[in-house]
Amino acid sequence: MAGHPQPLSPRPGIIAALSVLAVVLAAFGAVLWRAEPGGGPGPADWAALRFTVLQAVLSAVLSVALAIPVARAFARRRFPGRGTLITLLGAPFLLPVIVAILGLLAVFGRSGWLSALLGLAGLPPVQIYGLHGVVLAHVFFNLPLAVRLILQGWQAVPSERFRLAAQLGCGPREVWHLLEWPALRRALPGALAIVFAICLTSFAVALTLGGGPRATTLELAIYQAFRFDFDLGRAAMLSCIQVAVAGVAGLVALSTLPEGGFGAGLDRPVERWDGATPGARIIDALAIAAASLFLILPLAAVIAAGLPGIASLPPPVWRAAGVSVLVALASTVLLLSLALPLAATIAIRRRGWLESIGLLGLTASPLVIGTGLFLLINPLTDPFALALPVTAVVNAVMALPFALRALVPGMQDVLRGYGRLGLSLGMQGAGFWRLVVLPRLRPQIGFAAGLCAALSMGDLGVIALFADPERATLPLQVYRLMGAYRMQSAEAAALLLLVLAFGLFWLCDKGGRSGAEA
Amino acid sequence: MRALTFAACVCFAGTAIAETPELTVYTYDSFVSDWGPGPAVEKAFEQTCACDLKFVGAGDGAALLSRIKLEGERTRADIVLGLDTSLTAAAAATGLFAPHTVSAEFDLPVSWADPVFVPYDWGYFAFVHNADLKAPANLRALGDSDLKIVIQDPRSSTPGLGLLMWVKAAYGDEAAAIWQGLADNIVTVTKGWSEAYGLFLEGEADMVLSYTTSPAYHLIAEDDTSKAAAAFDEGHYMQVEVAGKIAGTDQPELADQFLAFMVTDAFQSIIPTTNWMYPAVTPEDGLPAGFETLIQPQTALLIPAAEAEAVRDAALAEWLDILSR
Repeated sequence: MAGHPQPLSPRPGIIAALSVLAVVLAAFGAVLWRAEPGGGPGPADWAALRFTVLQAVLSAVLSVALAIPVARAFARRRFPGRGTLITLLGAPFLLPVIVAILGLLAVFGRSGWLSALLGLAGLPPVQIYGLHGVVLAHVFFNLPLAVRLILQGWQAVPSERFRLAAQLGCGPREVWHLLEWPALRRALPGALAIVFAICLTSFAVALTLGGGPRATTLELAIYQAFRFDFDLGRAAMLSCIQVAVAGVAGLVALSTLPEGGFGAGLDRPVERWDGATPGARIIDALAIAAASLFLILPLAAVIAAGLPGIASLPPPVWRAAGVSVLVALASTVLLLSLALPLAATIAIRRRGWLESIGLLGLTASPLVIGTGLFLLINPLTDPFALALPVTAVVNAVMALPFALRALVPGMQDVLRGYGRLGLSLGMQGAGFWRLVVLPRLRPQIGFAAGLCAALSMGDLGVIALFADPERATLPLQVYRLMGAYRMQSAEAAALLLLVLAFGLFWLCDKGGRSGAEA
Repeated sequence: MRALTFAACVCFAGTAIAETPELTVYTYDSFVSDWGPGPAVEKAFEQTCACDLKFVGAGDGAALLSRIKLEGERTRADIVLGLDTSLTAAAAATGLFAPHTVSAEFDLPVSWADPVFVPYDWGYFAFVHNADLKAPANLRALGDSDLKIVIQDPRSSTPGLGLLMWVKAAYGDEAAAIWQGLADNIVTVTKGWSEAYGLFLEGEADMVLSYTTSPAYHLIAEDDTSKAAAAFDEGHYMQVEVAGKIAGTDQPELADQFLAFMVTDAFQSIIPTTNWMYPAVTPEDGLPAGFETLIQPQTALLIPAAEAEAVRDAALAEWLDILSR
């Protein structure tokens, strides 16, 4: 596609990519510059790398594999509350780690609901701690994301194709071969790469559910190097390994993306004649019910635990909630101004490596990035005064890969379907953005913005490194309440966080989809 | 900016109250939290000093030391508050700290003669359980029992490291055998104290590694008598938390004033019900009602600060080896 003229310039996107690269590299460079030269990775580091990659591969494959039937069911079915359910299922992704762990354990733990049920039948409690527990938790976090990414891939198929398939007498098998599988092929590699990258930096989840030091991940080793041994060189080296693994995985996955798409349609509502058989109905109903139970039960536990304390939340929690909302909005604006031009450039140039830059921010250890930025800012001004802007920037960079995965396929379709028309009408640059790209990509933009806002709300992130009493965010207050024995208030604050993060997500996502059929 | 403030103070000294001097105290995050001692301490000290006391939170004790090392001579801190005896030798070795001038009668179970660091509170590590549980009498008996425990990772948590030192101080060369006994009791290992305590409150384990003072929170703040700490007959490992003055401070007198204030009743009486530790100097009014119900360990264990780092590294290697099997 690079060969012919395009209505959009690739330049702003390249500037965006270079800015992200500059922030990450500068932070890395600052840590390395301050570090004393150290040795290479030792046997314990290789063991940590093996475990990290193993659990991340298992988590990614399982999350995406389980997401396929769920996304297919949502693509084929229309029922009241469908849109709300799709949005609601995204909630686990937004929870602070410690809260999600407690929610999961309320269901799957030794004294959880499932163990209680097994106890009634005279069976021993669930053994949740181990590699399977780590994978279960990561699937809980990432299944909703995988479902959304795959669903978006399928929804990019114009309704006219399904109509044509039905007129030609195609059954479910033929529809799968002709339409569903090719669309899935475009969505799967990106979904796998992104879930893999998220799980690669897991630390608290992996350690807690992994049951002990067997479940040592690279991120824990980085944390140890920094906090326990004060070995900055080791921390930077381990972080480089982490980034390299993610980068290779990203390149491999994104380079397998097939060319071509389904062309433009007339945006009529999709009707899926292929899903009308009783067998298909049962399978879809089962998939939706199972996913809903799995994702909503731990959430219900979080809500039930938080409700009693919500009325008596102390004022500092509300203040922190305000701070968090502002940070989330700022990082969302920043994210969109990076992601939209970058997505356009990737669609024009079709270069996988550009998107891999997006993965950088997600997989570079937040501890190393935060420390690096601290080292950069410290000689210039008081880092604590910049705590909130820095948090907003880091959150935006972290959300970039999600936004790109959501935006790039749609952007490709828009340029392929409307690029020549736009050019022939003399539309270029701002005009093409305003009249074609923004309206057509509204659902994806809404989703990306919502995801970034919610992630930014829920992420403890670098604020923990820059914390001072006046500038606490809501996740930090949740941890502080827990650290002060105030479990009930902490659970209520976590519920408030869930409601706010989800509310922001819902507003953006709904705003993007209103009027659209999906 | 600080230099400017200082210059301004020097230039206009004697004219009027030029600018309020500012004392910056780096400490761990739970100290500065709205529910920690920070806000009350700030108020109490500012009443006596005609200054602005500014707390800055940085993770936990070990992260605090990393932060100071990271900043080196350029640090904005005048005081660092929240290190413990597993860190003081490494902290002193940075050469960033200056000797203190505080003399006080410390109510510690061990004698205190450190020239650089002043203790402000202390506590014993202990396994906390529901009061109706019949607790084992020592670590060996715990290892032999079927009880399930949650502990913290020594690489990321202060109590986690405390247990490592506890086993080493009490059992020396037999430490490996104790850990082998405990291995099948450990439900899981968490990143920090909060996660472990949360898991215990959710019923995931019978006991959790915490402090002998933890039941006091439930008793005093929640009127809940259902939690107890298990008294172990081999003794309990101690944590002594200290503060020190940065040598390069531009407020040396204010810093000395703060350290002296730290061992007075005004500061010490805030500690028990905000930090949930024992004050280093018992206030005149004694401890808050409820503290008398806590267990009193017969033996206080503490590895001297100078040996702590060497013991720590060997004990960690042993711990990782046994629990990774």
